[in-house]
Amino acid sequence: MLIARNLTCLRGDRLLFKKVGFELSAGGLMYVLGENGSGKSSLLRLLCGLLAPEDGEVFWDGKSIKNDPENHQSNLTYIGHLNGLKDDLTALENLQFSARLVANVVDNGLALNALTATGVARCANLPVGVLSQGQKRRVALARLWLSTSQLWILDEPFAALDTASVVVLTTQLNQHMAKGGMAIITTHQDVDIQAQSTQTLRLIA
Amino acid sequence: MIVLKRDLLLAFRRRSDVATTLFFFLIVSSLFPLGIGPEAAVLSSIAPGVLWVAALLAGMISLSRLFAADFADGSLEQMLIAPQPLALLVLAKISAHWIVCGLPVVLLAPLIGLQYALPNDALVVLVFSLLLGTPALSLIGAIGAALTLGVRGSGLLVALLVLPLYIPVLIFGAGAVAASQHGMSAQAHLSLLAACALLSLVLAPLATAAALRISVE
Repeated sequence: MLIARNLTCLRGDRLLFKKVGFELSAGGLMYVLGENGSGKSSLLRLLCGLLAPEDGEVFWDGKSIKNDPENHQSNLTYIGHLNGLKDDLTALENLQFSARLVANVVDNGLALNALTATGVARCANLPVGVLSQGQKRRVALARLWLSTSQLWILDEPFAALDTASVVVLTTQLNQHMAKGGMAIITTHQDVDIQAQSTQTLRLIA
Repeated sequence: MIVLKRDLLLAFRRRSDVATTLFFFLIVSSLFPLGIGPEAAVLSSIAPGVLWVAALLAGMISLSRLFAADFADGSLEQMLIAPQPLALLVLAKISAHWIVCGLPVVLLAPLIGLQYALPNDALVVLVFSLLLGTPALSLIGAIGAALTLGVRGSGLLVALLVLPLYIPVLIFGAGAVAASQHGMSAQAHLSLLAACALLSLVLAPLATAAALRISVE
């Protein structure tokens, strides 16, 4: 269970949002909506523990993520607006590295399956630097097929994807939600994800 | 381990970056004999300082690359939220930096030392002192690299932050070589150098991890 209380975020001397709070339980999906610059990405980074809130606190399983980051981090998969891919490594190497970083043991077959699921298996042995924007995004999103974590925090996962890939990703999110996972997503697109409970958080700039 | 392996693989794919450091060391240390002239006595008396400063600067020019690429493409974020101690991941990155930028300099140094008419036992001490000292340089440098991450003109800023901290390593390192040239034991210098290396091995990864968390915010 993820609980946010009274979150206030300052960037520089600009107040992005204040007193944001919500509760997300197993099987829960939350959309974070808002204009560009309203602080959606900052909120997600805050929930990952990458950013410290000016005020307020985030709790994972009843413990503040500031005091007990390991428990939160081992249950978290975050895909930000940066893909976190190395241009000089192949898609397969990139995927295996990010899986091992979260201590998942991943063999070639599993990683290839994940790349097949996102439709970039053809590019598995190409350096990521030569791929298109959408293909890079799909390599990054393939991590979701290997992820065993309960909480997915995705920043604009549908951006730069073609319609077929949007459907594939939606299906994967549906499965994750059905297994009792949680997801927090920012998006500007209308997507239909089935979840036990869905909430929307709107940030006003 | 996984981070070390990845960084070494990346360095291998971008061999030109590695070559830059090594050529810098080679050229800087070769310029002095050309500029000063071929007198063996003069050359061998300046050799310890010159070789050490060249090794130190060669390690430093590659420092700004240590975290910058990972920061720009988002893989640093993923390391920060990985359920592993950040200091260990940082230590792996620093080790990779040393293997790629420090170790080749250590191996090349005796060859350059010959240019300076250094006697054999001084060459041995030179290699030992660099072997102990260059890891300390990489470790200390990482703190500066992490602090200046994402800052404009970070290359110069790293130099300003890190060079003063390099002074003890430089003094003991060059001192060790000079001592053996004068027929004294280099052991005291080498012990102090080892102490510098151990101290930075303990403290630098922690300080770097803390600096990275601040820089990434």
